[in-house]
Amino acid sequence: MYGVGIFKGLGVTIRHFVNTYVDDLKWGVKRYQTDEGFEARQSPDTTGIVTISYPEERMAVPERFRFVPFLVTNEPDDPEEPNASWCTSCGICAKVCPPQCIWIVRGEDPETGRPIPDPAEFYIDIDICMNCGYCAEFCPFDAIKMDHNYELSSYDRTTAHIHDKERLSKPISYWQKIAPTRAEEERLAREHKEAAKAIKKAMRKRKKSA
Amino acid sequence: MTDMTPDTPISDDPTGDEIALLEEKFPGAITIEDRKGYEGIIIDRDKLVDVARTIRDDLGYDLLNSATCVDYIEDEAFEMVYHASSTERGGSPFTFRARTPRDVAALPSLIGVWRSADFQEREAYDLMGVHFSGHPNLKRILMWEGFHGHPLRKDWREPFYEQDTKPFDSRWPGGHVIRAEYTNPYGKNVQYPEGFTLEDYHGDIEESVYAGLATTDSGIGIQHLRTDELVVNLGPQHPSTHGVFRMAVTVDGETVTKLEPVMGYLHRNHEKIGERNTWLGNMPFTDRLDYLTSMINNVGYAMTVEEMLGEEVPFRAEVIRVLMSELTRVVSHFWLFGFFLNDLGAFLTPAVYVITERDLVLDFFEAAAGSRMMCNYMRFGGVAYDLPAYIGGPAIFDTDRARRIDTRRFLHDLVYERLPRVTDELDRYLTGNEILISRTKGVGVISAEQAINYGLTGPLLRAAGVPYDLRRADPYGIYDQLDFDVAVRYNSDLYDRYLIRLDEVRQSIRILEQILPMLDETEGQEYWAGKRPYNHRVPEGDNYARVENAKGELGFYVVSDGGQNPYRYHVRSSSFINLTALEEMSIGHKVADIVAILGAIDIVLGEVDR
Repeated sequence: MYGVGIFKGLGVTIRHFVNTYVDDLKWGVKRYQTDEGFEARQSPDTTGIVTISYPEERMAVPERFRFVPFLVTNEPDDPEEPNASWCTSCGICAKVCPPQCIWIVRGEDPETGRPIPDPAEFYIDIDICMNCGYCAEFCPFDAIKMDHNYELSSYDRTTAHIHDKERLSKPISYWQKIAPTRAEEERLAREHKEAAKAIKKAMRKRKKSA
Repeated sequence: MTDMTPDTPISDDPTGDEIALLEEKFPGAITIEDRKGYEGIIIDRDKLVDVARTIRDDLGYDLLNSATCVDYIEDEAFEMVYHASSTERGGSPFTFRARTPRDVAALPSLIGVWRSADFQEREAYDLMGVHFSGHPNLKRILMWEGFHGHPLRKDWREPFYEQDTKPFDSRWPGGHVIRAEYTNPYGKNVQYPEGFTLEDYHGDIEESVYAGLATTDSGIGIQHLRTDELVVNLGPQHPSTHGVFRMAVTVDGETVTKLEPVMGYLHRNHEKIGERNTWLGNMPFTDRLDYLTSMINNVGYAMTVEEMLGEEVPFRAEVIRVLMSELTRVVSHFWLFGFFLNDLGAFLTPAVYVITERDLVLDFFEAAAGSRMMCNYMRFGGVAYDLPAYIGGPAIFDTDRARRIDTRRFLHDLVYERLPRVTDELDRYLTGNEILISRTKGVGVISAEQAINYGLTGPLLRAAGVPYDLRRADPYGIYDQLDFDVAVRYNSDLYDRYLIRLDEVRQSIRILEQILPMLDETEGQEYWAGKRPYNHRVPEGDNYARVENAKGELGFYVVSDGGQNPYRYHVRSSSFINLTALEEMSIGHKVADIVAILGAIDIVLGEVDR
């Protein structure tokens, strides 16, 4: 019979419509005001409304989320070197960057003129950055990481979109906050590397003395 | 119901016998490739058409996959590289080449042998400046008429040209930042024709676009009425063209009599950017080709370079690649359902339903790769990260809402319950709908022989009754270990093109159901082998590798001179080549139908224009 297909299709639409109310009634206010409700709304089991009322609520982004990089520094209250940048200005990030948005002036010792492991200037042109994450991936010192703050709109396009070293620098505790699992993994890897280095050194010393 | 053919037999690689046959038939016209890292044959350009016809008819390579040009500036030569494969036997493509001197670059057109050479030769003419004698419609395709120069030639320099290859020396160690727009875009890098003055320039009046569309007196069908033909532009700024695509059509009343696709509005010289980039640096750029299937694009490019590097991919990485590819295929087809129905007038309701499902899959991509669409997930020798422990992230900002769903649970719910349920629901919602049926049945038909000749691949070819799916015909990764059928339909109309995607979604879910246990088995195994360098040096030679994208065959042709950057990087994009048949499918249908025909080809302009 002509029209059966259309009515069957309309049945699906009505089911979608009714399901939103079923889900809302089942959860009540909790669906929109608690984290459990949010998780249920954004899981594969959900049948009701899936939208998020941005910006009243924001979906927390996963740890691997990548948006415009930042430079990792020591804590402001670090006992030895407060606020010191982890960057050694080796230039790997600038070389690996596909759109070439990273600009680094290598630091130099003012007396000897030889390069020192600290960048004098560090710029990222975020208009060009394509958020691929290679800089963070290939940095051997964990000194550059991808940020999670995706709200970067500004009124001035010409200067505000070039981030300099000061704007890029964020303490390591910030990275630990936005990506706790990865920060912990990296810390362990660094400790492991240090320990291996120390053992190698000790071995060499022993060999020498022997 | 669905008719599934058994697996197509897989032939051996092209053997010496085939080349011997060609040599016997065309003595002196065939040179066997002897450059290091290259394969195939070089054909004397005077004999090209005849040899090509023999390759098609006697050797059975009926589908011309790719035809592209390489500028060997040191040899003072252009080289057209053709890859043809057999839809019947499958297997790897047959490679043949033809060379022409650089100063008088001309080759015979193969359009009489394979219609699929049409757009590809126009592209080579446009971007490289090779003239194809015998091509009936040889004009620019991606650049506009009146553009001066050929932007893929090795001596071409773009307005913001800085250096031939990346990394640029200005970035480190003395990297004093300068915005690209501060460097004068109208400086010495821009090329003008000789004697050009702004006073004499009157803009582009697009004579070439309209040249073929001249109207005639004869109306179609309704001869007793005195009707006039009319040239109408559909697009580029029109929602039905899925981006900035334009069709200049001649209509007789509502009936289309001629159609001229106009593209290139999104052209960014992707291939030149690719030659400036490092090998690894191209990976995030492939995301931006067909941005609905960035995971598959990544796999295709990674495979191409891996084959040249001789890099082994760990089993877990292969499993993850199939997982990502098939999820991508499902959401890409879902996207088509939504927007194809949108083209037919079912305003946005189906689109919103499928976008809901797509967002869940993208949540998974985001947790695994760090980005929803621009995934940049594959690396040479594996994948960038193992699967994440959970979907969701920690709340940082005040209004952040956190969720923490175990990845295994998420994938199980998705693959075993949600996706099958939603597919069935879409089936119930749309398949029987009388409006859909009456709008799509018998519209846009193209025969199987024509479909092959036009170089159609993917669902379009399979809906025409040709069971050619690269996952079976020329298997890559671990697809030969998986159990699935190649979906095929026979009517080749829009309705079958819709149905075949539904079949393919079901087959993809079937593959995913086999992949999930494999993920559990390989838990904790290596996912990225090798030393993970950032500056690969790829051995000299060329390579063409292809994957079955949701839209058809996605191929990458790369040439390496042994350095850190590709010498040539070409994308064989299915969206682009499938458009070759658009006019053939559209003529005689109504204007509203060509919108649907275009919708069912399923183009993404990022890949068409490159």
